[in-house]
Amino acid sequence: MKNYDIVIVGGGPAGLAAAVAAKKAGNDSILILERDKELGGILNQCIHNGFGLHTFKEELTGPEYAYRFMEQVFDLNIEYKLNTMVMDISPEKVVTTMNREDGMVEYQAKAVILAMGCRERPRGALNIPGYRPAGIFSAGTAQRLVNIEGYMPGREVVILGSGDIGLIMARRMTLEGAKVKVVAELMPYSGGLKRNIVQCLDDFGIPLKLSHTVVDIEGKERVSAVTIAEVGPDMKPIPGTEERYTCDTLLLSCGLIPENELSKKAGVEMNMITSGPVVNESLETNVPGIFACGNVLHVHDLVDYVSEEAARAGENAAKYAAGQTAATSDKVIKLVATEGARYTVPSTIDVSRMEDLLTVRFRVGAVFKDSYVSVYFDDKQIMHNKKRIMAPGEMEQIILQKKKLEEAGDVQTITIKIEDK
Amino acid sequence: MTYDCIIIGAGVSGSATARELSKYSLNVAVIEKGEDVCSGTSKANSAIVHAGFDAAEGSLMAKLNVEGNEMMDELCSDLDIPFKRNGSLVVCIHEEEKGGLKELYDRGIANGVKGLKLLDKEELHEMEPNLADEACAALYAPTGGIICPFILNIAMAENAAVNGVDFFFNTEAETLKRDDDGIWHIRTNNGEYKTRYVINAAGVYSDKFHNMVADKKIHITPRRGDYCLLDKEMGSFVSHTIFPQPTKLGKGVLVSPTIHGNLIVGPTAIDIEDKEATATTAAGINDLIAKAGMHVKNLPVGRKVITSFAGLRAHEDAHEFVIGEVKEAPGFIDCAGIESPGLTSSPAIGRMVADIVVGLAKPEKKADWNGKRKGILNPSELSVEERNELIKKEPAYGQIICRCESISEGEILDAIRRPLGARSLDGVKRRTRAGMGRCQAGFCSPRVMEILNRELGLAYEDITKSGGKSNIVLERTKGEAQAI
Repeated sequence: MKNYDIVIVGGGPAGLAAAVAAKKAGNDSILILERDKELGGILNQCIHNGFGLHTFKEELTGPEYAYRFMEQVFDLNIEYKLNTMVMDISPEKVVTTMNREDGMVEYQAKAVILAMGCRERPRGALNIPGYRPAGIFSAGTAQRLVNIEGYMPGREVVILGSGDIGLIMARRMTLEGAKVKVVAELMPYSGGLKRNIVQCLDDFGIPLKLSHTVVDIEGKERVSAVTIAEVGPDMKPIPGTEERYTCDTLLLSCGLIPENELSKKAGVEMNMITSGPVVNESLETNVPGIFACGNVLHVHDLVDYVSEEAARAGENAAKYAAGQTAATSDKVIKLVATEGARYTVPSTIDVSRMEDLLTVRFRVGAVFKDSYVSVYFDDKQIMHNKKRIMAPGEMEQIILQKKKLEEAGDVQTITIKIEDK
Repeated sequence: MTYDCIIIGAGVSGSATARELSKYSLNVAVIEKGEDVCSGTSKANSAIVHAGFDAAEGSLMAKLNVEGNEMMDELCSDLDIPFKRNGSLVVCIHEEEKGGLKELYDRGIANGVKGLKLLDKEELHEMEPNLADEACAALYAPTGGIICPFILNIAMAENAAVNGVDFFFNTEAETLKRDDDGIWHIRTNNGEYKTRYVINAAGVYSDKFHNMVADKKIHITPRRGDYCLLDKEMGSFVSHTIFPQPTKLGKGVLVSPTIHGNLIVGPTAIDIEDKEATATTAAGINDLIAKAGMHVKNLPVGRKVITSFAGLRAHEDAHEFVIGEVKEAPGFIDCAGIESPGLTSSPAIGRMVADIVVGLAKPEKKADWNGKRKGILNPSELSVEERNELIKKEPAYGQIICRCESISEGEILDAIRRPLGARSLDGVKRRTRAGMGRCQAGFCSPRVMEILNRELGLAYEDITKSGGKSNIVLERTKGEAQAI
């Protein structure tokens, strides 16, 4: 068995930023494990621009953004293994890997950072009736085929779901000469960023039909038509609203699922809402020394936030590996998301271990206009900020000050809610 | 050339028959309209080895079910097919219907089913803690089992091929007639095939061929069954195969672990006309979800489904297997109306059909027949040391391609290179499970395409999901530079 202070599972944006931060925090024993043949993760197929506006104040493509971090990994001589699959993580932080050259190898880590990212919800999980022909792709698979392999999955396209990858692919397929006929979204609002709706659909005249879903897929060998229908408030299709589109391709952009099979093997407790680990203020899971960041923790809207979050996980893992983590106190504050707010990351805060400023991220469950983000320390409202618009597709955040929490004394619960006045 | 015997259909019945016939000095061929074995009725079913208490006493179905069930251990051991006798339970949820279980029990005994036992409420809930509270009694059949239907079909066909049987894919029988010399001429989309004996194992199309040559017509109704397959997280929700009490339409919606550790729920029973209409419907799936919840409690079907699919049972009006030579068409042997328990019965069906041919042709037995097959290696069953040995010899076993099911490149290469190897994404999937996991091939399909391209020299545009016009990609993106 080989020993490393910090083993990072995943060499995408989260894993890279975590590694760089851990190294800069003084740790010299770091290993990144990446299953693909290159570092960079999903960014490698995101060849559109718009990445890095927050971090680098410029508009980069996905591969460019990833390379900014890869360069640092190379310059800092951080070790990484490519084409290497992590097969198991034990609660004792033994990480089992496999690749062609080394076979199966075990690494004993002092700290593990989970940075495996997420996967797309497939057609099967959506219970869409109809045939099962070729021509049905999750948007990310289509993106890989077009941008990495260089092949067109189809010419006439219907898209179900308005997640960001679906919107990006609507534009991408159009630019490659395909006809994107419609984007249908089950919910009464889009799951993607507003800017993507404008730049990827509106600019190309692609209709977005909210409160619509696919009710039939035709074609025995290859998709030949897709029928969509409007859904009522119960999310059930309304008879008589069916519209049939002849097409050869159906793309699905219906949600991302953090990929936590390994986390579960390690005994990590999961949050039912995010499908990611439950973490504390240090982004540490219930298993001491196992940290999580990026889309495996909760699905992000912008990669800048992934990098920022991952850097914190990296620093905390470095502290943990060096035995410098402050002892836990018995004063743990619970964070509660309610009344419009769906979840928070982190879920708990130990004030004695928290940094001076702590970013708490959350998402809302519906579209809110001219509403207020309110934060309560127990029953006492301490923040009431008006936001012009909040939508499920965009992540929200508040920043907590350690000083304020200390001043407040014995706070049991911090509650985040959305209030209309 | 004229074959001694041609089998129409490379489903489970045709493949079982082919393997049985491969024991003899006969020229045998199988013609199949699909691009692979197991592409019709055999590919979508409950993946269950039935005990044999359902079929009517004295019926051919009952006889072949019990025989097939008994043959399964040896066959699966010889051909390296995943199979487990997990036992089945027919669960009664209404006190007043308990009598039905006794009837099933008596029928089972008459059919020759071994080990049947009636369970009271307490025994039952002890065996299966997740049964609905209403479950008040059950019939327990320890010989019931679960199997991989794809591998059963593929393994029998592969073994037949190794023993000399020719397989012709993408070859659809259109018409057939017997000439004055007693030779059958089968017209296909790929030209004419000649044979002394013809086996009609055409699944839902078996009535078409029977009716071309027989005076007494048969009628096959495609009876659609919708299924949901649940995530492996749910695989141990029940340990036995849970049946409701049977009705006129069939054995009802079962809930069962699969041999690979998923949970399967299904089937519905919907009679349709179109013999290719394997589309699921919202009504079918909703019906399934409602019925599945009646015998087990708190089954989260909706949230844990990874895929749903539908299969077609070849239901003959008389609800009986039609096996035998057609009198007025000497040399034409039916293997028709093979619906549930067809998968279970298949080894016995193959033997019975082959015996008919052997009785007519009186061939010699081959001395060099080899009835054993080694399946695709499952590296997860090896120790770490053995696995490392393997990877050292064959590095492809160290490269995971399907991350959900942990399938390595080595397994996929084996699936492509072995006899009757995979040529499509579904072919790879059915042989290795790559793409059968929770992401449903989202991650691995481009990687499997790369391997098919490299191994078979198939252009990307020519790679299909399952043959025919099921191409995955259509053309190069316009950005590609032209070679000069």
